[in-house]
Parts: sequence; structure tokens; C-alpha cells
Amino acid sequence: MKYASQNIAKPYFVFALLLFVGQIVFGLVLGTQYVVGDFLFPEIPFNVARMVHTNLLIVWLLFGFMGATYYLIPEECQCELYSPRLARILFWLFAAAGTLTIIGYLAVPYARLADLTGNELLPTMGREFLEQPTITKLGIVVVVLGFIFNVGMTVLRGRKTVVNMVLLTGLVGLAVFFLFAFYNPSSLTLDKYFWWWVVHLWVEGVWELILGAILAFIMIRTTGVDREVVEKWLYLIIAMALISGILGTGHHFFFIGAPEYWLWIGSIFSAVEPLPFFMMMVFAFSMLKRRRREHPNKAAMTWAVGTTIMAFLGAGVWGFLHTLAPVNYYTHGTQLTAAHGHLAFFGAYVMIVLSIISYSMPILAGRQANSTAAQKLEIGSCWVMCIAMLTITVLLTVAGAMQVSLQRLPESGDALSFMATQDKIAMVYWARLVAGAAFGVGVMMYLASFVVASLTHRQAPQLTVAI
Amino acid sequence: MSERFTKGMARNIYYGGGAFFMLLFIGLTVDTVTALPKRENRDKLTAEVAQGKALWEKNNCIGCHTLLGEGAYFAPELGNVYTRRGMGDEQAFKAFFNAWMKAMPSGAEGRRQMPQFNLSEQELDHLADFLIWTSRINTNNWPPNVEG
Repeated sequence: MKYASQNIAKPYFVFALLLFVGQIVFGLVLGTQYVVGDFLFPEIPFNVARMVHTNLLIVWLLFGFMGATYYLIPEECQCELYSPRLARILFWLFAAAGTLTIIGYLAVPYARLADLTGNELLPTMGREFLEQPTITKLGIVVVVLGFIFNVGMTVLRGRKTVVNMVLLTGLVGLAVFFLFAFYNPSSLTLDKYFWWWVVHLWVEGVWELILGAILAFIMIRTTGVDREVVEKWLYLIIAMALISGILGTGHHFFFIGAPEYWLWIGSIFSAVEPLPFFMMMVFAFSMLKRRRREHPNKAAMTWAVGTTIMAFLGAGVWGFLHTLAPVNYYTHGTQLTAAHGHLAFFGAYVMIVLSIISYSMPILAGRQANSTAAQKLEIGSCWVMCIAMLTITVLLTVAGAMQVSLQRLPESGDALSFMATQDKIAMVYWARLVAGAAFGVGVMMYLASFVVASLTHRQAPQLTVAI
Repeated sequence: MSERFTKGMARNIYYGGGAFFMLLFIGLTVDTVTALPKRENRDKLTAEVAQGKALWEKNNCIGCHTLLGEGAYFAPELGNVYTRRGMGDEQAFKAFFNAWMKAMPSGAEGRRQMPQFNLSEQELDHLADFLIWTSRINTNNWPPNVEG
């Protein structure tokens, strides 16, 4: 580690991983409820468990992005962080707000939580992924603005690189589009239309800038390829992400009441959305081929290259599978959406955060990389998680296909009802639960690799001058 | 990549392309927002319907159900529940809806359970109004059949 203030990344990463474990636990609860309907009812109904599962994901990824930023910004700017103290205060504020919100979800019925937090003053609750009480949302705004101020001041003071400028643009976009979470009109269609300005323009827009910047940073550091080359790639990838992704939002406007022209615009532009992910994969492999050094952290390289492959499969291939309007007409709101959602979030965002954690945590502990034993276990955990998530995805795709053929394709009268269809899918859901448990094993192996790394730290390559 | 393709050119595509498509998106959004009142019958969006939407959110219905295909996939689509269960009769639908909500949870062992939300008669009426209004939004003919 070159700059003392990079250390502030550590608590962010640790807390992110803690929430990750929580997310997986609740994922397993949900998987069980799919096959044993009354599991944990009425203590933890499905809607509560799902809200905890998805909200934990969003919050831990935000912690991960923040940790990644605090780690790479000083190195890119070649100066210390503007205010490590502010970063520490914001960490505790965000951690407290997040924890209290999750406790609130689990402790009282949701309607009571809405009353307790004064939702009627500015109703923003009860919409998918934006279930947080309004006061929590305000807290997120405060934390993110303070964070961007801190990062922005550092960039102003230090060296401006393409990596830190793109990262900063992505973070500002994240903050700006989140503001649409406070717009909740009584018109359902308007509400849904602008809800996507948060959700789609985050994950298929500005988050891709953050992903690209972190990936570019890891590639520069581990392969030693000339910065100019990496930066050219980064610009091209995010250019394609925005060119396809912004109007690609239209693939969510097909059937919510928006005009018909979105069927065309959404289909055409979202069909191009796999391209930036494909380019990311080509980029990673071409940098590997042109590498000018052998970085000892093989685990980080595995995660980084794996990110581009799994993101291409999840966001690219599985997105394209159901993005054309005539296909989506039958698949909209089936398990196919869940299949795509799982692999895309895991491949693109979970894996990039685990990549930067894998790269930076040994350095923050004074090692260039972890011992061979620890890296072996970590690489093993990467494979287990990837294969388990692919299995989940394939199984949910089968479930979605069954829904389409039993419930959607037949005429009214011949079509099975929703619940009758679910009964037919039960075996697939059981298999999905097993795959989910395997993913849990992967997470355990991953955590164990930290223990092994610390036990075997004497055998690890120590940090000298280079990083 | 070819050396003639410079970083500067890549940067210009990024800024130019990003800005152009964002502006185009905003333009289309203005058009959409103008077209929506007719497509969703905003003149029929009464205070009762608005109240129903607030109740829908306050009880986190989206955490299990889909509405116009969006939400969780654990319980049936409700954007067309009026068509499915009411068969064009508002009073019949409201009677069905009222009885359904009061009968939850079913308690059937091993089956998916819907919680009891303890809504008042008036609240149940508003929630039904919201679902009836939603079923009449012009959704480009979605869902494909009555099962949602």
C-alpha cells in the first residue's frame, strides 16, 4: 500500500462481506419457501425475506464500490484521501442506517414500519428494491453526497486519470439517478416509468462505469500493460454501455402502459446491450495476453477475468434471451427474469467487488498476495460459486420455460393457473435449492481462505516496493 | 486495436454518444409522459384509487406478487386480477376480494401463505378500486391470457 488513507477501504470491505453472508442466508430461506410454502410463516413471510435478500445485496455492493473507490483513488490521484475522518464517519453512519433498516424489516410488520418512520409525509416505500423507509433513503443520499465530496476533493487535488474520472462520473450518476426514488406519483405507469430511472439506469448504466473503472484499475496493476491502451478500451466499453443502455431502458416499458414505440426502441437498443460486456471479455483476455509482468496474486486475476465472462453470460446472453418484445410478451415476469437477474448481478457486480477485495486486502495487510494455499482455496471458492450460480440460472430458466409453456402460451381456459403451474415446477425448485446450498458452500470456502491467508502469512510474498 | 484509433477518439464517442442518447431519452420521455394520461385513463384515477395504491405500497404487496409483470414471482400477477376474478363485474369482484383478504392466511400445511393484513372495509374497497383501475391500463395487450 502506497498511501495510508487507502486503509479506510478495509472496514468497508469487511462490512460488505458480512452483509453478503446475510444475503445468502436469506436467499436460502427464500429458496426453501419456494418448495415448503409455509416455511418460517408467519414470522418471516416471503416478502420480508425477499426484501432483506435484495436490499442486503444493494447495500453490500454499495459498500464494496465505496471501499474500491477509497482504495484506488489515492493511488490514481497519487495523493492521500481528502478526509479519511469523513470516510470513517460515513462508514459508521451507513452501517448503522443499513443495520437498523434490516432490523426494522424483520422486527415489525412492514405497514407498521411505514407508520413508525412517517412514510405518509413523503411516501416512497413499498416499491421493489426501494422498500427502505424514506428516512433511510435520505440517509443514503447524505452518505453518498459526503462520499462524492470526499472523492471529488481528492481528485481535484491530485492527478486526473481516465480511471478516476470515469469512476467519479459513475458515482455522480449513481447519486443523481437515486433521486428518482423520491418521486412516487399516484399514477402507476408514471411511477413505474421513473422507477426504472433508478433501477435500469443504475445497473445497465452508471454502475457499468464503476465496474469498468475498477476492472481497468485491476488490469493496469496486475498486467503492467500500458495505461494508454487500457484507457482506450475503457472509453470504448463504457461508450457502448451508454449508447446501448440508455435507450435500452425501453425494454422495461413494453407492458407497463407506455406507448407502443417503446416495443421497437427497447428491442433494438437492448439487443446491443451484450456488446459492452463482450468487449469487456475481449479486453480482459487481450490484456492478459499482452501482460508485461507475472503478478503473484492469481486469485485476483481469476476473479477479474471471471467477472467479464460471467457478466457477459448473465447480463449479455441471458439478457438478450428475453429482451425482444415478441419474446418478452410471453416471458415478462416469469422465472426467466429471476434467472437473468441472478447471473447478471453475480457476474457483473458481485464478482467485480470480490475482485478488488481479492486484489487489495493482501496489500492492505502488507503482503503482495496471499500464500499459495490461501489462493488455491480462494480460486476454488470462485469456481464453486460460479458453477453453483450457473446451475441456479439454468434451473430458473427451465422453470421460466415451463411457466411460458403451461401458463402463458395456451389460450384462456386451457392455460394453467399461476399456482397450478408452480406445483408442476416444484422439482426444479428443489434442485435450485440444492444449487443454492452449493453456492453457500462456496461462500464458506471464500471466507475460510481469509483464515488460511492469515495463518500462512509467513509464506506469502511480502510487499517490497512494487505493488 | 489499430493505432490510428486514438484514445481521444474513444473519449469523444463516450462523451458524445452518452450525451446524445441521454438527450434523446429525455425527449422520448417528454412524449411518453404526454401520452400517458390517455393510455391509463387518468381521468378515472380517483382519490380512492390513489389511496389503494398507497395501501398496495404500505403492505409491500410487490414483495410476493407481480403487477404488470414487475415485482416478485412468488404469487400471481395482479394487474389483471379484476379480469380473472371479477369477469367484468365490479361489485362481484369487490365481494370476492373482500372475502379473499379476510380468509388469509389459508393455513394449509406446506402451501404458500399470504399474511393477514387486517385492512378495514374502506381500505379493502380502495385497494380493489386500485386493482380495477390498473386492469384498464393500455399495456399493449399484456398479459397474453387471463391467467396473467
